[in-house]
Amino acid sequence: MSSTIHRLLVANRGEIASRVFATCRRLGIETVAVHSDADAGLPFVAEADLAVRLPGNSPAETYLRADLVLDAARRSGADAIHPGYGFLSENAGFARAVLDAGLTWVGPAPASIEQMGSKIAAKRLMAEAGVPCLDDLDPATVTAEDLPVLVKASAGGGGRGMRIVRDLESLSTAVDSARDEAASAFGDGAVFVEPYVERGRHVEVQVVGTPDGVLVLGDRDCSLQRRHQKVVEEAPAPGLRDEVRAALHGAARAAAAAIDYRGAGTVEFLYDAATERFYFLEMNTRLQVEHPVTEAVLGIDLVEAQIAVAEGRPVVERDSSPVETNGHAVEVRLYAEDPGLDYQPQSGRLDTFEVPDVDVRFGPLTAPGLRLDAGFGSGDEVGTHYDAMLAKLISWAPTREQAIRRLRGALRRARIHGVVTNRDQLLAVLEHPRFLTADLDTGLLADEDLAGTGPPARDRTLAAFAAAVGRAELTAARRTTQRGIPVGWRNVVAAPTTTTFTCRGEEVRVAWYGPTTAGRDDPHRTHHRLVDEQAEGAYVVAVSTSGSEARVVVEHDGVRVPHTVHESLGPDGDTGRYDVEAPWGHLALETVPRFTDPADQVAAGSLLAPMPGTVVRVAVEAGQQVRAGDPVLVLEAMKMQHTVSAPADGVVGLLPVGAGQQVAAGEVLAVVEPTHPEKEPA
Amino acid sequence: MSNREAMLTKLAELDAEHATAVAGGGERSVARHRARGKLLPRERIELLVDEGSAFLELSPLAGWGSDFTVGASVVTGIGVVEGVPCLITAHDPTVKGGASNPWTVKKIFRANQIAEENDLPIISLVESGGADLPTQKEIFIPGGRLFRDLTRASARKQPTIALVFGNSTAGGAYVPGMSDYTVMVKEQAKVFLGGPPLVKMATGEEADDESLGGAEMHARTSGLADYLAVDEHDAIRIGRRIVARLNRSSRAAGAPAYAEPDADPEGLLDLIPSDLKEPFDPREVIARICDGVSPTNRVAFDEFKPLYGSSLVTGWARLHGHPIGVLANAQGVLFSEEAQKATQFIQLANQSDTPLLFLHNTTGYMVGREYEQGGIIKHGSQMINAVSNSKVPHLTVIMGASYGAGNYGMNGRAYDPRFLFTWPSAKSAVMGPAQLAGVLSIVARAAAEAKGQPFDEEGDAQMRAFIEASVEEQSLPFFLSGMLYDDGVIDPRDTRTVLGICLSVIAQTQVEGTDRFGVFRM
Repeated sequence: MSSTIHRLLVANRGEIASRVFATCRRLGIETVAVHSDADAGLPFVAEADLAVRLPGNSPAETYLRADLVLDAARRSGADAIHPGYGFLSENAGFARAVLDAGLTWVGPAPASIEQMGSKIAAKRLMAEAGVPCLDDLDPATVTAEDLPVLVKASAGGGGRGMRIVRDLESLSTAVDSARDEAASAFGDGAVFVEPYVERGRHVEVQVVGTPDGVLVLGDRDCSLQRRHQKVVEEAPAPGLRDEVRAALHGAARAAAAAIDYRGAGTVEFLYDAATERFYFLEMNTRLQVEHPVTEAVLGIDLVEAQIAVAEGRPVVERDSSPVETNGHAVEVRLYAEDPGLDYQPQSGRLDTFEVPDVDVRFGPLTAPGLRLDAGFGSGDEVGTHYDAMLAKLISWAPTREQAIRRLRGALRRARIHGVVTNRDQLLAVLEHPRFLTADLDTGLLADEDLAGTGPPARDRTLAAFAAAVGRAELTAARRTTQRGIPVGWRNVVAAPTTTTFTCRGEEVRVAWYGPTTAGRDDPHRTHHRLVDEQAEGAYVVAVSTSGSEARVVVEHDGVRVPHTVHESLGPDGDTGRYDVEAPWGHLALETVPRFTDPADQVAAGSLLAPMPGTVVRVAVEAGQQVRAGDPVLVLEAMKMQHTVSAPADGVVGLLPVGAGQQVAAGEVLAVVEPTHPEKEPA
Repeated sequence: MSNREAMLTKLAELDAEHATAVAGGGERSVARHRARGKLLPRERIELLVDEGSAFLELSPLAGWGSDFTVGASVVTGIGVVEGVPCLITAHDPTVKGGASNPWTVKKIFRANQIAEENDLPIISLVESGGADLPTQKEIFIPGGRLFRDLTRASARKQPTIALVFGNSTAGGAYVPGMSDYTVMVKEQAKVFLGGPPLVKMATGEEADDESLGGAEMHARTSGLADYLAVDEHDAIRIGRRIVARLNRSSRAAGAPAYAEPDADPEGLLDLIPSDLKEPFDPREVIARICDGVSPTNRVAFDEFKPLYGSSLVTGWARLHGHPIGVLANAQGVLFSEEAQKATQFIQLANQSDTPLLFLHNTTGYMVGREYEQGGIIKHGSQMINAVSNSKVPHLTVIMGASYGAGNYGMNGRAYDPRFLFTWPSAKSAVMGPAQLAGVLSIVARAAAEAKGQPFDEEGDAQMRAFIEASVEEQSLPFFLSGMLYDDGVIDPRDTRTVLGICLSVIAQTQVEGTDRFGVFRM
């Protein structure tokens, strides 16, 4: 089979579409994008030679519609389809339809997808091929000794439909909800249960199957996960003895060979560092999100390799013996999500997205440096219809330490405004001793509570001061009256000006004096001065504003620290978010409104939608008695199901929503009126 | 002691006096007020004005030197609410329950005058137990003007808003009654003509506070309250929304771009001599308070008639982009030339509708045979005529000396400048204390001689010392400010900011000069 691709359609969106287009451009292949309505303005659409609209927004209406994608290929004259990852990438029916339409499918044979698509079947197949696997457990016969166990969706991926169960009572609930989520996300409700390995590492092996055999392209560690979704990945996996690594590669080769796999794929293993044993998890029959780290250390373009296999050409001019890795690469995934609020996906306008000193975008690094694969740019709108990943940032250096340092510096200096991201958490990870010593496991993010860490108290105090001054000066610049009057000026001083923010749900109050207010004999009287015991004598050396940005240089203890304060105001033009950037990193502060209309206050016991989404199921009726922790309803957002539970014992009062209803973040879902024990009749 | 040290000492004294005003009724009284969950008057104002905006407090030293607490149990000032400059008054309920004494009344009159002249909305933050009864004779009759002022303001379409936080009874009930908008705080506001004891005495009726004048009652039954606020924050929130809907935000006129002064205002502390006998060059002051050179202001100060009448500096400048004409004393004494120069300059400002700034450092009009014969009275009268009848807004800053008719000619308090502020270095009286004592001594000596009595030298020395000391005390800024003879004592370095606020307030109304003056005696 040999067919040269001339025009390739990417049945995907965002950064992965851009990634594939980049290789296509280098190879001279024309490109076609498909896009939903919400994505029409994103960079990947503009980058493609041709673009075809898929009407609607939800994945089911757009990127999951095989018929529309094939029609788009026909209308745009594409002769090949690359599925990217997610969406239709592991849909054998789609792959088959692509081939039936006479197009080139840049992916494995549909049969391979099917074989690996069912995790239950794949495990059986792998066990037969001699690949180490975990035992299967029957939910009905699971006993306390088997705990903890993991419930997984057979068709799942990315943590969807996955539940860790630590007590027997919650097992059936977990199985049910995993089934629901899997059915909703993948159209297949099959789930299975296996022992859960505590402190396991996620280690995976990149393979490319060719007619001449399986090429093993090294390994990666992807242990740093939140809610079973990878956040930080690196290649090679650190701390493996050569024998273990060789065995791992051998198992991966056997896995791919067992199904005569063609194209790029990843064999994922659960690695128990304590015993140095590994177990087959699954094989992803597609390009992985984290492929850039492998590209860096092996000097290979995996998309090019995929295209080569699809075109029937040799991948590389060498045999299938192990390939030497060069240096170390680390990738972080920037998500529009709030780690402090249980990783709630965030939406809105990404006012600024700039990463300094990037060497390469969307392609393999040819020399140690920094690579950015971003699906969004400054000014783009981040919606809630799809995965919340904004970009991947990859650093490649001779050693792991150097790669981490480089990545940390770039993340710190990145300018990301308008939408809350996990950037600060990523920085915390990159500075964490356990990460630095490669003491990794999939529970690290949850165990170490990296969501709550921020800069040291003094840095935070100075940043909040800079934000308060920035806000005051930006507001003053918009004023039409008394424009030249120093902010917060008083001729009779009763108290300092106070500005109140919230930072990660915590209230931060900044007390400060504007220029020429108070302190007659203070040498810094003409500057903004902070009133704070922790940072006594801190004052603003210089402040300037431009558009929605203020540059505030704060001096404390003889050291000058420049801060950039970026303002993102809400529709009222008063309340909003301030992103403060300093040499140590970033801090996001939200204003606290000075006044609340009593009519807007929410009744006690109200359950608010934690994020925009759809109500999947309502478990209670108005008037029903509920106990604390009882599920009230299930909300699906970002393809994840969230159970909203009763906060206390009580009676369901208001229940304004029903199944299938779309709700906005903060909308009242139900009101549980607490029953007070003392009011109950004896 | 250097000039700077001397000025800083005076400023420290000023801060101490301001702190007394801020402390209100004292720690215990403040604690009791707070314990009721209530805010202090300045805290209410802080919430009312736009975040980060300035608040220019007026007459903070009212009542200084009297038996009443400094500040006169009320806070008045100019703040920006929802982008609209407003005149704000707030009773201080920690001082004798916010009761009005004679100085309170004078301070509110002055605030209302400022609101009237500059067309500012008036926001009253009400919580007052009414008149301080022992002083009723000084309050009752003139105090009626308070309510007259409110309704006349309304008649001029100058909005009036009352936010009632507590007691507003008897005469005080007419403040919400006379206001365009009234907000009352639930379970706090109490507005009635007569309370339960008075009603019992007058009619025998038994009634409680709430049914006579509670916020709920006024909001639901009498209709005196337009809005019922759940708490103090809510009342202020509603007050801000009322101002936002006054359709006044469009009046804010942006001044053109400007540069900060060419010289550092900090230098004013070094410039002003601690001994007022030492003259200083007012151009140095102008360079520190007026706009510096910029593309829209190519020369910072265009001096007018620089070679004539050189002990009065006149010229054109800008302050925060607002054009102004400046008259500043240079050598203390005003001669005929200076008086004539001032007269012409005031007329010119009226021709070009330009506000005027008077910077005082004058010992008065020159006396002596030569000058009387040269017509100093005629010329001084011309200047006072021009000042009195000029229709452009006037601003006055008393930097140093302000003696005799010089105070009048330079637009002293009696000549109704829109705003008048004093530096801590100022002194103002009919003449210098030593001169005054000396004059009295000469007169006494002459009287003794005429009667052929021996002159009591020792008694004279005592009398001179006493007169000198008391006149000295009465010519100092705190005393004069306590008498409401200015709108506040300010740090010289804040002069630009204070005048900037005043000019932005003045810009709310049209500046229109006159061509009608009294008869100029030629």
